[in-house]
Amino acid sequence: MVKLAACAAFVMLVILSIFIGAGEFSPWQAIHDPAALQLFFASRLPRTIAAALTGAALSIAGLIMQALVRNRFVEPSTAGTAQSAALGILIMTLVFPAASLAMKTLFASILALLGTSIFMMTAHRLPPAQPYLVPLFGLVYGGVIGAVVTFIGWQTELLQFIDIWTNGEFSGVVRGRYELLWGTALMAAIAWWIADRLTVLSLGRDVSIGLGLSYQRTLQLGLVIVSVISALTVVIVGIIPFVGLVVPNLVSRMLGDNLRGTIPWVGLSGATLVLGCDVLGRLLRYPYEIPVATVMGVVGAILFLRLMFTRATHA
Amino acid sequence: MIRIENVSLSHRDMPILHDITLSLEKGGITALVGPNGAGKSSLLSLIARLQPLQTGRILVDGLPVGSTPSRLLAQRLAILRQDGAVASRLTVRELIGFGRFPHHQGRAGAADIALVEAALEQFELQALAERFIDTLSGGQRQRALVAMTFCQGTDYMLLDEPLNNLDMFHARQLMRSLRSIVDERQRTAIVVLHDINQAAAHADRIVALRDGKVIADGTPNEVLTEDNLELVFGYRMQIMQIAGRPLVLQHL
Amino acid sequence: MPDRRLIILAAIALAAVIAFMTVDLRGNVAFVLHLRGLKLLALLQVAVAIAMSTVLFQTVTANRILTPSIMGLDALYLFGQTALVFTLGSLGYASLDGGLKFAAEVLLMIALAMGLLWPLLRTRMDMNLMLLMGVTLGLLFRSLSALLSRLLDPNAFSVVQMASFANFNTLRADLTILGTIATLGAALLCWRARHTLDIVGLGRETAIGLGIHWTRTATGMLLLVAILVAVSTALVGPVAFFGLLVAALAERLMQTQRHALLLPAAALVAIIVLVGGQTLLQHGLGGASTLGVVIEFAGGLVFLALLILRSRT
Ligand SMILES: Nc1ncnc2c1ncn2[C@@H]1O[C@H](COP(=O)(O)OP(=O)(O)O)[C@@H](O)[C@H]1O
Ligand SMILES: [Mg+2]
Repeated sequence: MVKLAACAAFVMLVILSIFIGAGEFSPWQAIHDPAALQLFFASRLPRTIAAALTGAALSIAGLIMQALVRNRFVEPSTAGTAQSAALGILIMTLVFPAASLAMKTLFASILALLGTSIFMMTAHRLPPAQPYLVPLFGLVYGGVIGAVVTFIGWQTELLQFIDIWTNGEFSGVVRGRYELLWGTALMAAIAWWIADRLTVLSLGRDVSIGLGLSYQRTLQLGLVIVSVISALTVVIVGIIPFVGLVVPNLVSRMLGDNLRGTIPWVGLSGATLVLGCDVLGRLLRYPYEIPVATVMGVVGAILFLRLMFTRATHA
Repeated sequence: MIRIENVSLSHRDMPILHDITLSLEKGGITALVGPNGAGKSSLLSLIARLQPLQTGRILVDGLPVGSTPSRLLAQRLAILRQDGAVASRLTVRELIGFGRFPHHQGRAGAADIALVEAALEQFELQALAERFIDTLSGGQRQRALVAMTFCQGTDYMLLDEPLNNLDMFHARQLMRSLRSIVDERQRTAIVVLHDINQAAAHADRIVALRDGKVIADGTPNEVLTEDNLELVFGYRMQIMQIAGRPLVLQHL
Repeated sequence: MPDRRLIILAAIALAAVIAFMTVDLRGNVAFVLHLRGLKLLALLQVAVAIAMSTVLFQTVTANRILTPSIMGLDALYLFGQTALVFTLGSLGYASLDGGLKFAAEVLLMIALAMGLLWPLLRTRMDMNLMLLMGVTLGLLFRSLSALLSRLLDPNAFSVVQMASFANFNTLRADLTILGTIATLGAALLCWRARHTLDIVGLGRETAIGLGIHWTRTATGMLLLVAILVAVSTALVGPVAFFGLLVAALAERLMQTQRHALLLPAAALVAIIVLVGGQTLLQHGLGGASTLGVVIEFAGGLVFLALLILRSRT
């Protein structure tokens, strides 16, 4: 029932996303008017696909991260992953301005991996009896890396770019500028392929080893998936906060944590949430646009606070 | 057979296990007893490669622990940890299903599913099969974890205090299940027990540890003497004989 | 006889102030001095306001890792400011007198802060959870401000980014007098209450046991915190971890919880970091605008270190 509603919401938002924006066109026109068709293929369709891909991938990245860290309150943008990726692109832009987008993404992924590994190593040392310490640590850790990014940006007068990377929005997404994002779909597929291993991993180190899982290798693979998803979305869309945090938590409440079964639903819900926020951003001050990261900052923070509150009162 | 040869362990100069040499034959139930901190959990986790060996050697059916591929070992040896906290929201059926992971790596076949159903039945968990672990009572969760370990279908099972949180009924039930599984399928169980009388009633062999050393080793009748028990636990207790097995009046 | 460490701190602070005023003095000396003097006054205010608000907040929550900005108070102030513009319309807002504007902002801030902080003082929540909620609230208010300003002026470039770090270069001159009065007044009140504060810092139950009128005292302190945060945020913007940095350093230096020493030490350390840092960046490392970021960086590291150390015990 809930699943059906989620599917319906997703389909409706896809339709809305395609027909809303500066430059109106109706479904009727889309079929007959070549200009409208052009708009559809060059801008609206890419934008809708990009939003859906980003939402799905970020949610799945959050889910994986939560399994790796064994803490429900972490996600790439609150663990230094996204900020490290932004640092990576910044360094590439400064040192090799001519590098292709793919190269920049690759380097961003590597830095994201590095930053996340440091976070993971620290997080595994924090006392497990204090579940809120890990996300708190991650948030500030991300903030510190963000400060480094801003500092360099200021010194090199690249602040404007940094805003593009750190403040996610879809208005720049057109045909030819988003296709790398399909890489996140590949990552999500890999995640689904190794879903059972990730679930075993989330049962802890001892259980994993007891069940013969190659613990370190699975951990590293999970980290790579998370890092690549973060880097791709940061490079093309920019940081979008809270998606990876709230979506997996909401889905886990209803469907549990068996990743084999939940990954598709986490992806779908994440896509729906991001599409919804993007559509909202386009409607709030029509015909101007509000970046999706700003809308999500409000919607996501409220959802996250609610999550924390209900858990605190439950426990 | 599990061979433990000259195994010692220390944590930051604090000795935990002292040059332990033990052979655990295939088949039967071996009970590991001893006071808190004797090193029982440490010994089990060394056998199960959960922590690296410092000195000595451990062989499981001739396979050296540490250099044998983890997955191969997982098909021969299962461990239930003492603090089996599970934070994930899995249903009881899903959790037990993950016990089959070493055999199917995530792609469960019909045989795996049948084994899960059998385990659910054996531990009377059918009614709880679709419940999430985090909604169960401590004892129910413990039974689910034990079922998961049994479901792994290994020749050797290492169980660290499996009776934790269980009421009398389910504790007895568990020990009887263990007995029947061991007897019918020629499997081997090494169980840490705190209730010395559970060991006396159900074990074929008892190994008593204290301060990282083996103090006594043998059948219940050999090990459970007043002198041995005083040596291990630090006070004298009376021992009676009922139906050919010792009964320790530990609480008096 | 004041403490020797305080005298040394005061001497360093004085040196920083003199350096700030005199280094690289060129051109129309009188004009430059006047300009620098105004700026110095603002910086001093900010330093004192942040130092005192942090120490006060840590005392009333009986916790040495909480600070007003970690709990999202400065973001809250910015949100109040934007909300005021939003409801009054930018025209109506611009026509308001500077002092009146500030007063309105402070009032709104006090109302919001009280609404937010009272439940926090009442409930005994897990400390980490409380911190996490505070940080999230800060993010929420930042996003809300950004959202409101986008609604007001859709073409504005990246209000978020600019507003998330303090800027010690463009200070609002219209607030100097008002700010000075508020800061001095608050400082005086704090100083007179320094012995009471020592007891409040022992925690609610102990303080009540020792005869403190808890509700009244705590309310008064939170009021002061709200005003001080409003002053510093109005002048330079959010400072995230600066307060924590300063309070932690002062505590390390003084090795005491006595407010008679802690308060002046924190204020002096704040002055040294702010005025000294500004001088250094302006004349040494180029780009004084980055001081906010540097402080955020260093303060963030201090916060992480404190978190880890505390969790070990
Ligand atoms: N990770 C560890 N770090 C330090 N000491 C440990 C650690 N694990 C166990 N110990 C110590 O090793 C000894 C044996 O512990 P353990 O094997 O858990 O005992 P048992 O299971 O018999 O109660 C105890 O003294 C315990 O304090
Ligand atoms: Mg133990």
